[in-house]
Amino acid sequence: MKIITGNDLKTGAVIWWTGQGWSLHVNEAVEAGEDGAATIAAEEAARRVNGAYLVDATQDADGIRPNHIKERIRALGPTVRLDLSLDPSATPAKVL
Amino acid sequence: MYLYDQYDQAMVDARVAEFRDQTRRRIEGTLSEEKFRPLRLQNGLYLQLHAYMLRVAVPYGTLSGAQMKMLGDIADKYDRGYGHFTTRQNIQYNWIKLEDTPDLLADLASVEMHAIQTSGNCIRNISSDQYAGAATDELIDPRPYAELLRQWSSFHPEFLALPRKFKICVIASETDRAAMRLHDIGIRIVKNDAGEIGCAFYVGGGMGRTPIIAPLVKEFVPLDQLITYSEACLRVYNRYGRRDNKYKARIKILVHELGLEEYRRQVEEEFAHLQTLAIEPPLAELERIKTYFADPAFETGLPDEIDLSNANFAKWVKANTAPHKAAGYAIATISLKALTRQEDGSVKAGIPGDATGEQIRVMADLAKRYSFDELRVTHTQNIVLPHVRKADLFALWQALVAAELATPNLDDVTDIIACPGLDYCTLANARSIPVAQKVAERMAPKAEEIGELKLKISGCINACGHHHAGHIGILGVDRKGVENYQLLLGGCEGADTSLASIVGPGFNEDGIVDAVEKATNFYLAQRQEGERFLDTYRRLGMAPFKEAIYG
Ligand code: SF4
Repeated sequence: MKIITGNDLKTGAVIWWTGQGWSLHVNEAVEAGEDGAATIAAEEAARRVNGAYLVDATQDADGIRPNHIKERIRALGPTVRLDLSLDPSATPAKVL
Repeated sequence: MYLYDQYDQAMVDARVAEFRDQTRRRIEGTLSEEKFRPLRLQNGLYLQLHAYMLRVAVPYGTLSGAQMKMLGDIADKYDRGYGHFTTRQNIQYNWIKLEDTPDLLADLASVEMHAIQTSGNCIRNISSDQYAGAATDELIDPRPYAELLRQWSSFHPEFLALPRKFKICVIASETDRAAMRLHDIGIRIVKNDAGEIGCAFYVGGGMGRTPIIAPLVKEFVPLDQLITYSEACLRVYNRYGRRDNKYKARIKILVHELGLEEYRRQVEEEFAHLQTLAIEPPLAELERIKTYFADPAFETGLPDEIDLSNANFAKWVKANTAPHKAAGYAIATISLKALTRQEDGSVKAGIPGDATGEQIRVMADLAKRYSFDELRVTHTQNIVLPHVRKADLFALWQALVAAELATPNLDDVTDIIACPGLDYCTLANARSIPVAQKVAERMAPKAEEIGELKLKISGCINACGHHHAGHIGILGVDRKGVENYQLLLGGCEGADTSLASIVGPGFNEDGIVDAVEKATNFYLAQRQEGERFLDTYRRLGMAPFKEAIYG
């Protein structure tokens, strides 16, 4: 699947497109569909997101897992400071 | 240390007000990101992997206690309770909110600090020797000259849109503790045969994609022409630097492509022209600056002996202190590469360069109590208290132990430089910090036996972790979406600067730790009396090390 991530304009927080708005949690991301680029343009113009881009991801029983390690680190937090992660189940193994 | 005059303060305050307005317009929507991005970058605000990152300038790495305390307070008030000291002698905060940034910058300005020119194609923060003003081997204190360069380069209208970023370093010792020849301009203050003091200019060094050791462009520039000659070097670069290709835009490529002789000729021509314009700042300004760097009131008649009956203290003194020019004093380095013993006897390594807000405030307080209110940030991501009475070292060490800041590992294999890497940096190919931690944890039991070994890790070819200059260097690469690590050997940033070479095919995360261990085991088996790792490598060459690692 393709999902959209970016940073909240005012806070800089990593956010994920939910179809209606933006969430801090990758598991709330939805398939961007064919309108990904249009969504990004509209949301950036509305100043709800900064630096948004499309990401390949996979959905399984555990939730949504971005395919590249870079976005997994964005989703879960620095692997060396998972105490700062929003996901209490985050472990380095889950990121890698 | 230098204190702002009304001009410095007015400039910084005006910049805060300007950025406050720009931020408001961005949030309200009258400034697009395209227009705002260069403005925030000019104020040190990047958009990184998790949030905005703010890079704060620490001029030539020197801080007062009040400034350091503010850095700790900022970590707690605006970030998540910690900051990261960088290889550019600066500090970065990883979790900054755009909407908070103007207030943060105002707090910084209240202690004469800012984040101006910590990004973009301009002259960046001037770096220098962390032992300046305290070292036994320095000719004079280089910091007044670094400060003069800071004033000249701040908002210099001609050099705010250079082909690429530009880094200058000034030192005044034979021993190079600041990687001077790996800067765009490296200046060493020297004495000529006539006994006069002047500057040797090394131009066109750098790391990154194309590492080059800066060649000597001019052996002796009189001190009262320092700025004029610097301006000439920059002008030639600004005119002919490769703006067409980002990867060829640094001055090192220009010097290389023009050839040293031709570059030198053009600089001389420009220098002769600039001398007719009398652009050198008046001597009175330099004299004014110098008064701020006068020695603190060192006491005389202090004892030189240190009671080393406590074995752990003795270990720390041996590893983390250096001789001071004043009798009865020492230079103390606080390691930000913590090794903490766990209950099961194993060792846990901290994050290189990270310190909590509380630790930063503790260091500020210790500087006040024991080091004439002064601290330095080193390019190896540690903190120096430059002027500590030997009689106070034990009390200082006890306070550091209480704050988990007393790891006795300066310059050993666990004192690793590591850039933020893929844990924080959008440009990264691979993570640096976990590799640093694993190497430190594996090597800790043998670190003392191995002795001096500078290990440096970068998460991509940009080389913020100085891997080219490591006795052992590690470079993170992306191998089809998977982190991979190349091993390099033989780099050195000191007086005998050399660049490290890649040993062979890369490794995964565990493999690179094994490779480091094999290289150090081979060294231990082969070393001759008094040889450091680097010396053995230089004597034997790459082939036997490669054999030991891959064989
Ligand atoms: S070396 Fe690369 S990964 Fe490391 S901080 Fe610099 S740009 Fe980021």
